[in-house]
Parts: sequence; structure tokens; C-alpha cells
Amino acid sequence: MPKINFTLDGRSVSVEAEDDQPLLYLLRDELGLNNPHFGCGLAQCGACTVHLDGEPLRSCVAMAPMIEGRTVTTLRGLGTPEAPHPLQQAYVDEQVPQCGYCVNGWIMTAAALLKKNPQATDAELRAGLAGLKCRCGTHASILRAIKRAQSRLA
Amino acid sequence: MNALSRRQFLVAGGALVVGIAMPGAPPVAAAAPTLPVPNPSQLDAWLAVLPDGSVQAFFGKMDMGHGIEVAIAQIVAEELDVDIDRVTVVMGDTARTPNQGGASGSTGISNGARPLRNAAAEARRLLVEAAARELGVQPSRLAVSQGVVHVVDQPARALTYAALIGGRKFNAPVEWNKSVGNFMDVKVKAQPKPRSAYRVVGQSLPRRDLSGKVFGTRDFVTDLRIPGMLHARMIRPPKAGLVVGRVDAEALRAKYPAVQVVHEKDFVAVVAPKEWTAVKAARALTVDWVKGPPQAAWPGHDGLHERIRKSPVLRREEAVKQGDVEVAFAKAARIVEAEYEWPLQSHACMGPACAVADVQADRATVWTGSQKPHSVRDGVAKLLGLPVDAVHAIWVMGPGSYGRNDAGDAAMDAVWLSKTLGKPVRVQGMRHDGTAWDPKGPACVHRARAALDAQGNVLAWDFTARGLSRVNVSFNESDPRDTLAGQSLGLPLNADLGLGAPSESYGFANKRLAWEVVAPLQQRYSPLRTSHLRDPLGPEVHFGSEQFIDELAFATGADPVAFRLKHLTAPRDIAVVKAAAEKCGWTPRAKTAARSHAKGAVLQGRGIAYATRSGTVVAVVVDVEVTPSTGRVWARRVTVAHDCGLVVNPRGLVQTVEGNVIHGLSRGLFEEVRFDADTVQSVDWASYPILEMQDAPEAIDVVLLDSAQAEPSGAGEPTIRCVPAALANAFFDATGLRMRRAPLSPERVKAALKKAGFR
Repeated sequence: MPKINFTLDGRSVSVEAEDDQPLLYLLRDELGLNNPHFGCGLAQCGACTVHLDGEPLRSCVAMAPMIEGRTVTTLRGLGTPEAPHPLQQAYVDEQVPQCGYCVNGWIMTAAALLKKNPQATDAELRAGLAGLKCRCGTHASILRAIKRAQSRLA
Repeated sequence: MNALSRRQFLVAGGALVVGIAMPGAPPVAAAAPTLPVPNPSQLDAWLAVLPDGSVQAFFGKMDMGHGIEVAIAQIVAEELDVDIDRVTVVMGDTARTPNQGGASGSTGISNGARPLRNAAAEARRLLVEAAARELGVQPSRLAVSQGVVHVVDQPARALTYAALIGGRKFNAPVEWNKSVGNFMDVKVKAQPKPRSAYRVVGQSLPRRDLSGKVFGTRDFVTDLRIPGMLHARMIRPPKAGLVVGRVDAEALRAKYPAVQVVHEKDFVAVVAPKEWTAVKAARALTVDWVKGPPQAAWPGHDGLHERIRKSPVLRREEAVKQGDVEVAFAKAARIVEAEYEWPLQSHACMGPACAVADVQADRATVWTGSQKPHSVRDGVAKLLGLPVDAVHAIWVMGPGSYGRNDAGDAAMDAVWLSKTLGKPVRVQGMRHDGTAWDPKGPACVHRARAALDAQGNVLAWDFTARGLSRVNVSFNESDPRDTLAGQSLGLPLNADLGLGAPSESYGFANKRLAWEVVAPLQQRYSPLRTSHLRDPLGPEVHFGSEQFIDELAFATGADPVAFRLKHLTAPRDIAVVKAAAEKCGWTPRAKTAARSHAKGAVLQGRGIAYATRSGTVVAVVVDVEVTPSTGRVWARRVTVAHDCGLVVNPRGLVQTVEGNVIHGLSRGLFEEVRFDADTVQSVDWASYPILEMQDAPEAIDVVLLDSAQAEPSGAGEPTIRCVPAALANAFFDATGLRMRRAPLSPERVKAALKKAGFR
């Protein structure tokens, strides 16, 4: 099996990957990373979202070989309790998660969105978050948290 | 201990018993086959004071995401007079927590906290008595502050809880009511504090479980890894009525040598050392499916309600019966009647269920996302023929839980595979396993009618819900006959018959609220088996009954709020309707206004619905915007007045109510399981759409009514039962059209409005 090399949350990794192996399974099974979740395997929910060179990517449908030489950031690499990303801090401040399984997709997608458009309007946020799912129905607090993070970024 | 390490501590099953596990690793299995089963008659089953004076509370219900963990800690900290940061809530571990029934019926606080409150009060009483003996003073001269018992006015004469009992058992009895499950309770000598003394209960304290979820460090059940663990995928029949003929395991092994196929009757799985291999093998496996015992074709989702209407009634119950409805109808000057239809709905959790099992010859350990781990324990024991105390079920947060979802099935599948292969096995579904094969919320048809006299007074109110059973498979997995593993292995059926009726306090003299159950679409091993989905039958029946109350109001020229206030009898019910109307600035309306049929017009409307649930009372007002050209219905603003008695954590409660609102909007606007004569067509998020961010309300205003001395009742489900009806009533206000079939999906709304001349 060929090895692929890439940067994962700030460290260099080199790992064997099958050609048809989605990045999600590489991250979880070969690299022991848990926070990108399997939700649908169809790029319909966002639970597996990571950043590839800063852009949100649904890792359940992205084949592992495409990340050769590139930079992957996960929710864990976005921030830590000691140095949180503003969205992570806002998520805690607004007490957003219920079950928490979807959190990954929303924060990673919103982080990339705010990087491009820090003062995105309510309508832009809603459009930019299309396709993400939350089954517990925390949408109201998700929007509050993103707006709180916006005010911190301003 | 920070929030993260506390969480791991909790998930890992506790340091005192098994040692702190590595993050992600399961606890070491107990060496002896017999596990402790906590004895609810002992105070030690409920509470422990550790050597450092911190407290563990053993909670036999669950926090599935609403944040009641902190509420339970608040209640325990309050009674014990310790800092809340010193209280850890242990839950979901059958060897460590009494069987209080798991998450069930929104009773986490109402029922679940009661024995813990009593136990904490009793522990405090015993600790004060012990301190009194040591200090040589009367107990009445002692006070407790932050876990320190001291002589009043002499803070230096003090003993800490740690010194008094830390690390040792109370060995004190409590009077258990011998009930197992939701109604388990204990009586004690101590008197819990009066509400007037509360300092911690009633505060919006933050949750302690969020850091791990937000920083990606928390393990879900999907994240557990055990050395030597294999990965499995279940193979389900692609069409109704098919059974397994031949399974071509050899061809599969030629392609994937590491893969094993497990095949026993209709139970088929592939198992591999790596998860991705298991996924590919499941796709590659060839199974010859053959026709099983003959059965009637499914009616398809469009024929479902006609099937329900025409099917013989297997069981009927009249939940409410007052006066003589038939006599009143015979005297009626006018009869108003309507029928309402509700579809099959899926739990469709964020991820398909997952479980990990390690079965040995004489014992079994299973890690499950089920909201009822004690039921998993009992079901596994029956499936394997082991005594209950040889099975250890450990809950680890799964990808969402709103009732009897697919988690119980995954647990049984994992256990059977582990038993068969003699190795630990992790099983997780693919998306279609979650959406197509989870137990469904039952479809039903509601017939509502009212008898009016010549002046428009209501003489009688008659409502009958008829549908598929809410317990075609049980609401828990304590019997393997209610799981896919049991059914595919050929265990006999265990189907039961039940539905539900509206819950309200309208004071019509003659009143009958009934339900009727018809046969399932398929007798066994069915993707359309029905069971409990969040607030079982609440959204379903109130979509009919509360729309009909609106129809009655308009039929008699009354405003919907005024009509409800005129007929409601319970003071708390009247109070929530008034509070919701006041908060949203309700303007009375006795008929719908003329609406623009102009192209591009956006129609606005407002509707109310109200209901009760096990002591909780809720009224919901929805403001909608309807776009006829697209069929979009946007619940732009939602107002909720909520009375669940004593409020333990207001902020947590508000966010729980918000989740109810959005889940209710999703079910009322989008959700319908589609199927044809033999195939489920709703298999993923494209074919089973739910509410997304574009359609989330702009504002959800929640008014909490804290009833003077009422005990706390539930909040996890009551609000959702009002939402679809309030939505449909708002739609009527906006358009003058009644939508009597849920969901109010864009295609259905667009078609209805087009037919009515809107563009």
C-alpha cells in the first residue's frame, strides 16, 4: 500500500492508505483521531468535516490520496481549551451542544466561513451553513454562538 | 478536576472501581463474572463521599444531551451543602447505578432526581449526627457549609465530610419502594430542604460536559477501541418479505481474505479487522435473497392512511370518557368534523447506531449509546442465556437519542457477533441502516368531530386516533425479540398494541378521547416496525386535536385564544395560554383575513396550540411566512409558555425547549418516511430531509412559569407536541387553507396553494 504524507493538526504524518479509502477512515482508523464523525458517508450532514488547506472538506467522501502534501486541520487542531478558536469559546459560552455529535461540522464550516466573511449577515450565515444537520435542534443557539464569535472577531 | 477529565472519569466507569482508563479506552472488565448490582435499599447505592470529600451521585437515569447532569448535581449539592464542583454524577453504568429506567418519558428530573434528593438529605443528616457525636454537641447546634460541619458561631469547631466518611461506606438503609425503573424511589428519615432555602437549585449553572464536545476530545460510543476488536457491518434485506437464501462467503473471502461472514438464519454480517474493509465487504457480499412467507404488499406512503382507515381495529381504548357523546351528537344542531393524517417518521439520528461488545464464556460487556443501558443489560442476558449480573452494560454518548432508536439493535448485533467470533466486536450502521431501519414513529389517522347546538355551544367533543402501534417493538431492548438480532435469528414475536390520545383540560360536558391500533405493515424483521419516537404520539395526536380546536373556534366565530381560555378548566393550563398570547402580542382573530393571491406575495399568519404532558403544561404560538410560489413555510418566530413546576436550571430548560421547537418544526414541515410496495425509499438525508439552518426560526421566545409549589415535571418532550399543530394553525391563518396532512412539506404546500389559486 502506498504511503501518503501530509500535515495533520500541525504535525507531519506518513501513513499507508488505500486508493479508495475515504480520508475519514484514514483519520479515524489509522491515525486514531476521533473527532471527525461518521454521520452519513454521503457528504449530506457535515459531521466528518475537516479543513483541507483551510477549506472545509467532507472527509467521508474525499479519497485519502488527494491529501498528499497538503494540510489537514480537525476540530482538535482548530483550538484547545487553553487557546480556543473564538467559535469554540462561543459554543461553550452559549452552551450550544446537546448530544454533540454534529458540533464538528458546524464549527469547522463556520470557522472557514467567518475567515472569508467575518461580518457575514444572518442571511449569509444561514446560506453558508446549508446542508449541515443537527438532530437535537440546537440551531438557535448555533446562530447565537456564531454571532457572538463575530463580535469577538470584530 | 476539569470538565474533560471529569467526563472521562464518568465514562470510564469510575476510578475507585476500575482505575482511570486512557482516553478512548474502555474500562478493564471485572475479573469476576458476577458484577455488583447496586441495592437501592442502601444509601451507598445512591451516594459516595470520596477520600477528598468530593461526592459521587449514582444516577440511574440519563442525560442524553439536555444537560440534566448539572441539574442532578445541583439538587445533590443543594441537599448536601457541598460546592457543585465537588459533585460528580455517575450514570449509564449498570454495575454502578440503580435501575431507574434510563432516559424515559422526560422523567430525568421529575422522577430521577427524587431518590437522589432524599438520599443526599439523608447523607447530610447522618453526617451531621456523626459530627455531633465527635464534637460532643447537639445536632441542632451544627450547620453545614461547603462540606464542612461546624458548630454554629464557632467555625473552628468543625469536621469535614472527608474526615467524617471520606472513602468509607455509610452502611445505612433507606426505604426503597421496591419499584424498578421510572418509579424507583426511596424514603428517608431526613427532611429535604424547603424550596425557600434553595441557593443552588434554580440557578442557571453551566453544563460540565461541553468542553470535550467542542474541542473534539470527548469520546462517543463510536470512538471506543478495544485491543483485538473487529469491525462489523450488518446486512439487511433490500426489500420487504425477503429472507436469506445463499450467502456467498467464499467469493467474498477470495477478494477480502481478512473478512469473516457471520450467517445464521436471517442474521448476516461481515466482520473485518479494519472498518473500511468491513464497509467494502458489506457492499461486495452477494446474498441470494428469496421470498419469505407470503405477506400483503405495503400500501406505499400515499396509500398508508387509507390502509389504516380500512384495517380492522385490534385494540381500542377510551382514554377519556365523560358524559354521553352519542346522545349529545343525536341532539346536535350542527356537527363539525375533520380527519388528520400523520406519516411514519424516523429517528434519523446524526449517525447510525454503534455498539461495542466483548462476550466471554461466562460474562459479557457491552458499550452502548442506548438511553436505557439497564434494558440493554437485561436484553443481552436473555439473548446469551447469562444471568443479569454477568452482563455489564456501559453507556457512552451516541450520535443522538430521541427514544427507541437503533442503538438497542446495534447492542444486540454486537453481542451476537462477539459471542459467535469470540472476539470484541464493534458494529456501526451505514446511513441507510439508521434512516431506513430504525424503529419508526407510528403513522396515524385522526378522526375529530364536535356536536354544536343552535347557538354554537359545544355539546360534545369526540376524537379517535387510529394508527400503527407505538409498541410494535417495545420502547426498550430488554427483550431480544424486540430487536433486529432477535427477529432475524427467528425468536418469536413480542409485538404489543398501543397508541395515545390528546392530553388537555377542555371542559366539554360530553367528551371522548380514544385510540385504536391496527396491524403492522409487516409482521417481523421490518424496517417499518414502529415504536417510541420523541414524545410518542404527542406531535401526532395533537396535530389533529389542536388543529380541530382551532377549526371549532373559527366555526363558531371565536378567536382561537379566547375559545381555549373559555373552555380550559385547569388553572395552569389557562395560565400558559394567557402567557403565550401576552408574550407574542396576540391580536384576536375570529376569521382569516383576505389574502393576496398576487404573484410573489409572502403570506403571514399566526397560530396557537396547547397541551399537557405528565404534569407539564405548554402553549406554543408560531408566526409563519408562507411563500406560495415555492411552498416554503417559515416559522419565523415561535413563542413558548412552559410550566413544568419547579425549575432547577432555567437556562438548560430554555435550551431544551428550543430543541423541542426545532425538532417539532422539522417533523411538522419536512419529515415523512417514503416507501413503495416493498422498499423503503427514505434512506438518507436527501430522501428524508429535515429542517436545516435556512428554516430555523429567527427568534424563539420562551416564558417559564414557575408554578408556586409544584414538583418538577418533565421538559424533554412536552413542547414538541404543540409545535406541528401551532404551525398548521398559523398556516391556516396565513392562507385560509387547512393542511390536515403532515408534514407541511414544500411540495404539498405548493400544490395545495396552487389549487386554491395562489401563485
